Amino acid sequence: MSRLLLMIFLISFLGMMGFVFWPSQADSIDFNTQIRPILNNNCLSCHGGVKKNGGLSMLFREEALLPTKSGKHAIVPFHPEQSELLHRIAHHDPEERMPPESDPLTQEQIHLLTKWIEQGAKWETHWAYQALNPQISLPEVSSSWIRTDLDRFVLESLQEEGLSPSEEADPLTLLRRVSLDLTGLPPSQKEVESFVAHPSPEAYEQAVDRLLASPHFGERWASMWMDLARYGDSQGYQKDPARNIWRWRDWVIHAFNEDMPFDQFTIEQIAGDLLEAPSDLQLLATAFHRNTMNNDEGGTDNEEFRVSAVIDRVNTTFEIWQGTTIGCVQCHSHPYDPFRHKEFYQLYAFFNNTADADRPDEFPTEFLMSPAQEAEVGEIISWIADHDSIPIDDLPGSLFADESVVWSHSPFNFAVSCDPCGGANGRLGDGFEYLRRISSGTQIRYSNLDLTAVDSLFVQYLGGNGSGRVDIRLDNPTAQVLRSLQLPPTNAWYGQSVLDWKEAGTAIPVQDGIHDLYLTFSNETNKGSVADFLGFYLQSSSAADAHQVRKKFLQLATVDAGKTPIMRELSPENSRTSRVFERGNWLVHGDTVYPNVPQVLNSFPTDFPANRLGLAKWLVHPENPLTARVIVNRFWEQMFGIGLVETLEDFGTQGEKPSHPDMLDWLASNFIHQQQWHVKHLLKEIVMSATYRQSSAVTADLLERDPANRWLARGPRIRLSAEQLRDQALASSGLLDTKVYGPSVMPSQPDGIWQVIRNVMKWTPSEGSSRYRRTLYTYWRRSSPYPTMMTFDAPSREFCVSRRVRTNTPLQALTTLNDSTFIEAAEALANRMQVEGGSTPSDQLKYGYYLTMNKAPSPEKAAILDQFYLQTIAHYSQQPEELEALLGSSSSASPEYASLINVANVILNLDEVITKE
Amino acid sequence: MKDLFQELHEQHQAYLTRRHFVQKGLMGLGAMALGSLLGCGDQASNLSALKNPLIARAAQFAPKAKRIIFLHMAGAPSQLELFDFKPDLHKLDGQDCPDSFLEGKRFAFIEGVPKMLGPQTTFGRYGESGAYVSELFPHFKEVVDEVAFLKAVHTDEFNHAPAQLFMHTGFPRQGRPSMGAWVSYGLGSENANLPGFVVLVSGQSAPSAGKSAWGSGFLPSVYQGVQLRSQGDPVLNVSNPDGINRDIRKQAIETISQINQLQYQEVGDPEILSRISQYELAYRMQMTVPEAMDLSKEPAYIHELYGTQPGQTSFANNCLLARRLAERDVRFIQLFHRGWDSHGSNEFEALEGGFLKRCKEVDRPMMALIKDLKQRGLLDETLLIWGGEFGRTPMRENRGGKVAPFNGRDHHSEAFTMWMAGGGVKAGITYGETDEFGYFGIKDKVHVHDLQATILHQLGIHHEQLTYEFQGRRFRLTDVHGHVVHDILA
Repeated sequence: MSRLLLMIFLISFLGMMGFVFWPSQADSIDFNTQIRPILNNNCLSCHGGVKKNGGLSMLFREEALLPTKSGKHAIVPFHPEQSELLHRIAHHDPEERMPPESDPLTQEQIHLLTKWIEQGAKWETHWAYQALNPQISLPEVSSSWIRTDLDRFVLESLQEEGLSPSEEADPLTLLRRVSLDLTGLPPSQKEVESFVAHPSPEAYEQAVDRLLASPHFGERWASMWMDLARYGDSQGYQKDPARNIWRWRDWVIHAFNEDMPFDQFTIEQIAGDLLEAPSDLQLLATAFHRNTMNNDEGGTDNEEFRVSAVIDRVNTTFEIWQGTTIGCVQCHSHPYDPFRHKEFYQLYAFFNNTADADRPDEFPTEFLMSPAQEAEVGEIISWIADHDSIPIDDLPGSLFADESVVWSHSPFNFAVSCDPCGGANGRLGDGFEYLRRISSGTQIRYSNLDLTAVDSLFVQYLGGNGSGRVDIRLDNPTAQVLRSLQLPPTNAWYGQSVLDWKEAGTAIPVQDGIHDLYLTFSNETNKGSVADFLGFYLQSSSAADAHQVRKKFLQLATVDAGKTPIMRELSPENSRTSRVFERGNWLVHGDTVYPNVPQVLNSFPTDFPANRLGLAKWLVHPENPLTARVIVNRFWEQMFGIGLVETLEDFGTQGEKPSHPDMLDWLASNFIHQQQWHVKHLLKEIVMSATYRQSSAVTADLLERDPANRWLARGPRIRLSAEQLRDQALASSGLLDTKVYGPSVMPSQPDGIWQVIRNVMKWTPSEGSSRYRRTLYTYWRRSSPYPTMMTFDAPSREFCVSRRVRTNTPLQALTTLNDSTFIEAAEALANRMQVEGGSTPSDQLKYGYYLTMNKAPSPEKAAILDQFYLQTIAHYSQQPEELEALLGSSSSASPEYASLINVANVILNLDEVITKE
Repeated sequence: MKDLFQELHEQHQAYLTRRHFVQKGLMGLGAMALGSLLGCGDQASNLSALKNPLIARAAQFAPKAKRIIFLHMAGAPSQLELFDFKPDLHKLDGQDCPDSFLEGKRFAFIEGVPKMLGPQTTFGRYGESGAYVSELFPHFKEVVDEVAFLKAVHTDEFNHAPAQLFMHTGFPRQGRPSMGAWVSYGLGSENANLPGFVVLVSGQSAPSAGKSAWGSGFLPSVYQGVQLRSQGDPVLNVSNPDGINRDIRKQAIETISQINQLQYQEVGDPEILSRISQYELAYRMQMTVPEAMDLSKEPAYIHELYGTQPGQTSFANNCLLARRLAERDVRFIQLFHRGWDSHGSNEFEALEGGFLKRCKEVDRPMMALIKDLKQRGLLDETLLIWGGEFGRTPMRENRGGKVAPFNGRDHHSEAFTMWMAGGGVKAGITYGETDEFGYFGIKDKVHVHDLQATILHQLGIHHEQLTYEFQGRRFRLTDVHGHVVHDILA
């Protein structure tokens, strides 16, 4: 008998068996649940997007139906007997049988594939690429447990699993949980007291509303977004120098605080610059994609690293919004998911048209001052308006540094005719520009100046290249020098993290009336650049407050408001052509491509512009199947510690399936339509549910049934994140500086951490309460992030990372036990215990526990703390040298205080304290 | 007699089964680290791996080496003055470099047509193997019969930071896990009281690639190398604050654990038990780390052997520390000694200046480490690797088209010498050969990815199977390259 006939016989035999053993599956086969797993696990690694062994790929139907290299068809719809696939998987010879070097497929699997081909071998879209159903019906379950509709979905699955929900957590545990979840901080003492004092069914909701309205809400969610956006205060790569991009972090905090709808949040970050007449803040939002690394190393190819940044933008955008691992499509079609090689470069084409080009100055940038600084600038400008005749409006309004005309002015405006002026000009804020790197011989003219009563002239400058000189001439560029001014070298050039503007001045003879002044810069030793010239200032004894204004102006000029890198589209005549990179090699170009989105997803509306703005609008188009699902899942994961789809970063076929598919779709659909993309509404929906409010205690039985809490028969119990942990220690001890917004700070860090990197920057601990600001403001250097962050599982932020893998290590214990911040927190907490906690040690210990956990310790726990207190007080009483080592010889150095510090240190290390319960 | 064919078949089946097991096993590790296997499979063991990601795990096949000591000479020493003896290069000394060396090549600093530079030292042949060693290594020549020289190693990179990253992460830019991180991820740590991957830095400063050379890249950060510092705490926060002594700390940890026990009884979260054990481990580390770092109790003859002086930051001290860590079953011990960048542009960077000092700094300790490991029976199970991130050119550097004030050589990626010893590598061999000027490898070349594949192989890991899924792709140390250099294996 020929092999083929044998196979036909075998298959029909199997078919009959199928009929006997699996009668229910004589019905239609479901590709996604029954077939796709078989193909993914057994076939696609050799017959998918990467390898097409034997000329066969089973990723797309049209490919799978093509003849293979052998000329045979792997799959012939409706004709199992002609389908080579079925012959090969059931082959008697292990050499011929597919998959090779593996166990053969089970009879059930073979049967399913046979039936599937018999029914026409239909491919079905993977669940995550299917459109959201806007009308998901709520499960028909009833129970007094249900508080919100969300609970219905949870209860239905619990019932299916034979599980029942846990009782509600006690109110104070719940208050701490929801505070940490919504603001990243434990509730304040006052909040706890008011919560306890006014018990009512509405108290919880009132607390939730207060937390949602807190300015700390935005800080907590900015932390999440910073990991995704790969935020850092440095440029990355070898030297990893400073980057000024904290204003973007402020933008994110503010956006969350204002509850900016997530669609707008998306559009402004991806394409704020392409909106009509974008505001300063919309431009700032685009710094989101300037968080890519920038390589300043000598000898590197800027284009290579520009390309690498653009690729990172594609990957990051698709990971954050689409939960899609598009990165592998860079080199070849996706091995498992329906994304083609070319489609990566169509997405690339959206991003390939921005002006940034891996330049050391991070061009293009936006100059921004803080609101407070801007107010001060305003004051100075109005002072100028009162004292000077040149209208402010004549100043250029452009934000960008590559303007060909260079302007500069000081409290007294002056127009500049400057030749030659190399490089870009600088700008400090609205109306304050200055000259960068002016070269030897540059002459600046100031016209029509009223010099009546003016008796001195000051120049404000920066310059590190040896001593420069300014010659002052009156009325004629070649006139005799009126006076000369020496410019001693200063410590810094612009662009370093601390500006150090200096002032040099000279008396000039009083000239009555209107004149022109010419300032000529020179430097004998370095003709390339003499100085950064901020402006000059004329002083006359008559303007009484001039000195003060000048002082203020100089202060302002020393603020590192800086240039935030932003996105800016190239003009049409300068736009780049995008080509496929063969096998991902940026030097090997394939076909030219144009902006477009992957075929498997919602189509790109024809009325959308084919640029980043169009892409951003497409991402948040209600028909996009992924964005709402992926985003809702991210917020869910932050609250419950595990996503409804566990693989936040991968909604593709290799990712995990949703535990509650209907609930995910219902939440996603509500997020778009009912909640209109308002994150606060979404979060309130979640935290008001009975599901969220459950106690997190677990029985051995439930733990065995559901170790990871996928079915939500209990509340979340998760170790705090690095930020929450440190913030909580600072908050409970009263050290926390609750200031919102602002530049990054450098809290205490062990010496020598940064020495490992080339000496480009120095860790200079911040002064005063800045050391105790919330952890998200800690200066983030990508090559050496803050050690506590790294010890508690933060990523380095070189690339987008969706999930922090929670570990439990001895180095974490050493951090919370011994790190100087945690010790300072213990000292401050001990102080509060002593001062506010009552007269007996026992009361003081309970108070310390209360300050961190918002509730009294159980009597057993209190007894254990008492015992430890007695041990330590005996120790410090008997060993005064230990006491002195801990506290020095001050008058407050008592064994009692020393013991309280140790108890506070213990409290800050308790599992229940470092865990959200 | 058993049918040979049948035996072969059985062997093959056994191989396939083992390979299958190993492959699934390693993928499982990755999945466990991400917690994504929860809910299916063996939950208990998944949970325990989640709790302790550093728990020791079996290799894929019987390892020849239990641990690695990698002596990285950061800055890249000149192979032409140390091991790759090229008498013919003498003859060309001072002559123009032939075009064939320059065509299509990029150099870091050489411009135009440089002059050739003959060996700046003399060589001898030593040991039964008759290996060439420079007179600059009078001590090291005693142990050449323990060493396998790789004379034709080559790399893709010719600048320090990218080449160092390439050597340690298999990729020239930041973001990938280092070899030690991969090994910790794959095999865990044998010593629960010390980190499994430690880094010791000496010389001019830290290597130019910075911490990324021992980072965890996209692997969980728990796998990154822990730098044991010689100033301040050897491990961050390992010391108690002043005025909190070890007794008090012990009582504190007992107090924490007692309350945590109560909490466990109340809420049943097994994570609490794990936390209790991590605190106890932290307490033990506070003892074991300083103890391991304390050289003062080493006998005088050991100090003499290595040339160590307790309290210093030196390569000698770090070599002795490496032995102490090896004795304590630390899996991956990474040393960096920087200051080899002999361009000739100043005295420090000169073959007749800083280079000689560096040689003196490493010569005795290298010898001592090999002898000491051997006399303790540890050499067989410890794989030593020595080398820079690339080599130096046979041409004299002419930065800016000018004659440099000192003798120096530019960066050279085509061929350089590394050596390996112990850990299942053949002793007393020389593998690979360069042309008569030491420019190109002409026989038995070893690419950096091959070296990495070989190191993993000696630890019982198949380099193609130690993978981690990130951004939709399975990554590995050797990217899509690398072949085990079987010819050098014993």
